[in-house]
Amino acid sequence: MFLGAAVTLLAGAAAFPQPADADTVFLSTQLRPIEEAQKMRDVILKDYQGKVTYVPEQPAQLPIRLRAEQEGGTHTISLIGALHGELEPLVTLHALVPLDALAASLADRGIPASLMTLGRLGTPHQMYIPWMQATYFMVANKKALPYLPQGANLDALTYQQLAEWAAAIDAKTGQRVLGFPAGPQGLMHRFIEGFLYPSFTGGLVTTFRSPAAVAMWAQFAAMWKDVNPNSTRYGFMQEPLLSGDVWIAFDHVARLLDALRQKPDEFVAFPAPAGPKGRGYMPVLAGLAIAKDAPDPNGAESLIKYLTLPATQIATEKAVGFFPVVKAAPPAELDPGVKLAAAAIAATENAKDALPALLPVGLGTHGGEFDKVMIDTFQLIVLRHEKPEAALAREAPILQKVLDEAKAPCWAPDPPSAGACQVK
Amino acid sequence: MHRDVMRGRFKAATPYLLVAPATTLLCVLFLIPLLQTIALAFRANGAFSFANFATMAGDINFNDAMINTFEVVLLAVPLQVALALGMAMMLRHLKHGRDIVIWIWSIPLGISDLAAGLVWLAILTDHGYLNTILYRLGIIGGPRSWLTYETPTTLLIAIVVEEVWRATAIVLVILAAGVQLVPKEYAEAADVFGASPWQRFTRVMLPLLRPSIQTALILRTVLAFEMFATVMALGGRNFPVLMSQTFNAQYAQQDYGTAAAYAVLIMALSIGATLVYLRLLRTPPEQLP
Repeated sequence: MFLGAAVTLLAGAAAFPQPADADTVFLSTQLRPIEEAQKMRDVILKDYQGKVTYVPEQPAQLPIRLRAEQEGGTHTISLIGALHGELEPLVTLHALVPLDALAASLADRGIPASLMTLGRLGTPHQMYIPWMQATYFMVANKKALPYLPQGANLDALTYQQLAEWAAAIDAKTGQRVLGFPAGPQGLMHRFIEGFLYPSFTGGLVTTFRSPAAVAMWAQFAAMWKDVNPNSTRYGFMQEPLLSGDVWIAFDHVARLLDALRQKPDEFVAFPAPAGPKGRGYMPVLAGLAIAKDAPDPNGAESLIKYLTLPATQIATEKAVGFFPVVKAAPPAELDPGVKLAAAAIAATENAKDALPALLPVGLGTHGGEFDKVMIDTFQLIVLRHEKPEAALAREAPILQKVLDEAKAPCWAPDPPSAGACQVK
Repeated sequence: MHRDVMRGRFKAATPYLLVAPATTLLCVLFLIPLLQTIALAFRANGAFSFANFATMAGDINFNDAMINTFEVVLLAVPLQVALALGMAMMLRHLKHGRDIVIWIWSIPLGISDLAAGLVWLAILTDHGYLNTILYRLGIIGGPRSWLTYETPTTLLIAIVVEEVWRATAIVLVILAAGVQLVPKEYAEAADVFGASPWQRFTRVMLPLLRPSIQTALILRTVLAFEMFATVMALGGRNFPVLMSQTFNAQYAQQDYGTAAAYAVLIMALSIGATLVYLRLLRTPPEQLP
């Protein structure tokens, strides 16, 4: 009843600036701030042959708006740009059309197979075309490189080697220079969800309290003795990297980029380490999808082709800091710090053992409680030295309750589930 | 005759009319949200329930938050009152420039909580002013951490010192006003009977200051239970307090029921402390100046 009223209301409110007949309406939950939206219109779309109306929209409004158009019968939106997790619920709404033919015609773009698979959203069809991406990786000060364990390759580092590396620096300099963003503003929970768990257990929820998880926490807690104790205060790792408090750090690209931009000669960037089950990493992937009953499906297709051109992808990278999903040689004038970041992202997803782990999907308003379980577990085991078995036994029912309340099915790399994802 | 009655009634109603806007505003903006918060705290799945309080008490940081909050209140508030009393006594003996001294002493009052926290963070961080000075003096050989989970004692000391620095002035302002109200004749009378300076302070000044001390204690304790920004700046995740737990429940976890439960707990503690002060520091009517 309430939703019905909201939908009617929105259908009425959907009278945003009506495009002229020839315009293709491109609705996007990304690049929403005015400066970014203006760059989209004036820079990224500058060379496109055709008229586009670019409409930024709040992520929460996207499904409501599409439902309003479906129920109201007036279709204005042709192209949808959104994050993977925001596009997924649109499949159940039957709001997207399959793009298999388009995907085949874009084969020469060189989009990594792992990203194309994500674009199927668990269906047999291509539901969206990868558009642009960001992720997390590691940055090290070059001062740390002499202490790398023998035979270690930065682009193929393991967690074992990372621990040895930090221990070697601690032993020789007396400084604990490995850092994690475990402060109140930090993204430590993403490290646990997208990197640590997948690398060691091959899953997250289903393997939350598995023997592999117990071993993982024991190993991580042992490594923590060489981690800078200020880590529980760090929010953006670029700051301690620049001040020299930390030599080796993990964080989101947006929270490392300042360090790379300011001192590109002092830092190296490389993928997060690998564990026994692979190199778990969390891609932040935005995709392009075509709305069902779109008024201008051909315009939407040609716009997708244009946005995935190497030149457009580079223009996007330069204008708004999202990285290409296609093979694109970075231009010479690209900021050297951005180049370092782009290379680390490419090395991450093209790694032989790459294991993409999605942002938690379908948790809705329970996302914060889910993250809290991860941080509480970290706090109990690593900071308070509780036995991993005990801490995991305490937190597992809380995790299950969150998933049950959200009715969230499993997401990659956990195998798909019928009902709410179950902790085994 | 009739007109006089009307005028009389109007006169009687005037004070009420004048306080009405403020009272209405407070009811709308304070009392109603307060009742809503209490209702939110005691509801879960649409029924009366203590589930939110169970979630709150079951949090792995709840005990730490309670202990930390009480530690800071019990250490900082008495220190602040003692310091402010001393400062107020000293002020009495200044012949010139008294206003300027009060003004300088209350500078921390003009700084926002968060800014104060950041000032102290700049002093106490690994490469901060304190370590720089200690290093120059040759006391330490390199950066030392004072604010991590590995150094809970120095972290607590830092937060107490910062609270004392920031909020002693408000106690001072209240006590200095109270001291001014004490007539000089009492001290002179005590002098006549041969009281020592200490006796004059403990037997004459302190009892007469009792209402001011009560006000200052209530105000400071209630505010100390609500401390947030300064602790977040210095302690972050390492020093959970009740208010930071409330904030996390509300914004990080979007668990409004539990956040409301924390809010109700903080309110109960504040009311409890106020009642204790009102009872312990009661001034018998015959002793009022």
